[in-house]
Amino acid sequence: MVIPVEQVWHWLDQVPDPEIPVVSITDLGIVRDISWDDDTLVIAVTPTYSGCPATAVINLDIETALRGHGVEKLRLERRLSPPWTTDWIGSEAQAKLRAYGIAPPSAHGPAACPHCGSGRLEKISQFGSTPCKAAYRCQDCLEPFDYFKCI
Amino acid sequence: MPDALLTFLLRTGDNALILSHRLSEWCGHAPALEEDIALANTALDLLGQAQLWLELAGAVEGKGRTADNLAYLRDASSFRNLKMVERPNGDYGQTLMRQFLFDAWHHALLADLTTSADTRIAGIAAKAVKEVSYHLGRSSDLVVRLGDGSEESHRRMQAALDELWSYAGECFVADDRDKAAAEAGIAPLPESLKPAWDRVVLDTLKAATLAVPSTRFVHKGGKQGIHTEHLGYILAEMQFLQRAYPGATW
Repeated sequence: MVIPVEQVWHWLDQVPDPEIPVVSITDLGIVRDISWDDDTLVIAVTPTYSGCPATAVINLDIETALRGHGVEKLRLERRLSPPWTTDWIGSEAQAKLRAYGIAPPSAHGPAACPHCGSGRLEKISQFGSTPCKAAYRCQDCLEPFDYFKCI
Repeated sequence: MPDALLTFLLRTGDNALILSHRLSEWCGHAPALEEDIALANTALDLLGQAQLWLELAGAVEGKGRTADNLAYLRDASSFRNLKMVERPNGDYGQTLMRQFLFDAWHHALLADLTTSADTRIAGIAAKAVKEVSYHLGRSSDLVVRLGDGSEESHRRMQAALDELWSYAGECFVADDRDKAAAEAGIAPLPESLKPAWDRVVLDTLKAATLAVPSTRFVHKGGKQGIHTEHLGYILAEMQFLQRAYPGATW
């Protein structure tokens, strides 16, 4: 019996990102395509940053989730083009990031402090705890926060 | 032609791999926590890119070698990286200046490669150029801050520039394989990247109040596998585990 790809998308909606578990891997736009190649389920996955160590964990999580749903024949393909962009993070996922304390990506740096909403911000470090983040601080509430870099 | 393609991939992958390893040496030792994190992240980006380039090199070569095989099981004379990236880290000024001179060239190269006739190369370049544009933004900013900083930071940045300038020249010297790759539309001719590099580098150095060195001497040979003694020490550390325990995994 062939499982509809919509069902597989729904399953993958439930797989959290290993570094930022408040969003799913589909929220981040990491899963690019789901299709059947004869009786093999093919999942096209794109890396966020070339060297992001979470990529291997994400692949393992996808495989574990789908095996748990009874998928037997499975192939994961890396898809580099078009390259991953933070534009693929939807508005719902952006709201989840904000609620989690991470300022979502925007063209000219973080728009507002995810804690108090102030726009008076300063950059502490161009890189943060993961390749996709930078560190900022709010000059009003004085809280430091992560910013999801825009690429 | 297949030779030119393979050589191009090894050169591009080896630059990223060796510079990544050099930057990793700062992990836990950088002068400030933010700098430590920044260098480790830059190293990680470059390592990821090296993996993509070397994996493709292995596929093009067609002898079943993986990216790991190429990284861990080649000797120094088989590496094709620029001599600049194997330079010892020196002080933090030297590390940053090397990064800046490299980033400016790397960015120009990758931007051009996004239109390579080889779609696999264009795909990797389109991904990597976004990461490298962030690297260049950071390194150029720091070169200005430190060059136009205190007397001591200015002195160190000028010394770093004077030392590294003659190594940067290797980026723009073509050999027959570069010419063949350019003719096939795979990669740009090295000298064609010079104007873009000059624009970024000369503007930044001016803002940093640093004097452009007058020497025209160029250290060459890295791209052909003739390296300084420093590369052997890098490989000794990087390859030790796979050499001592072949095939070890975890």
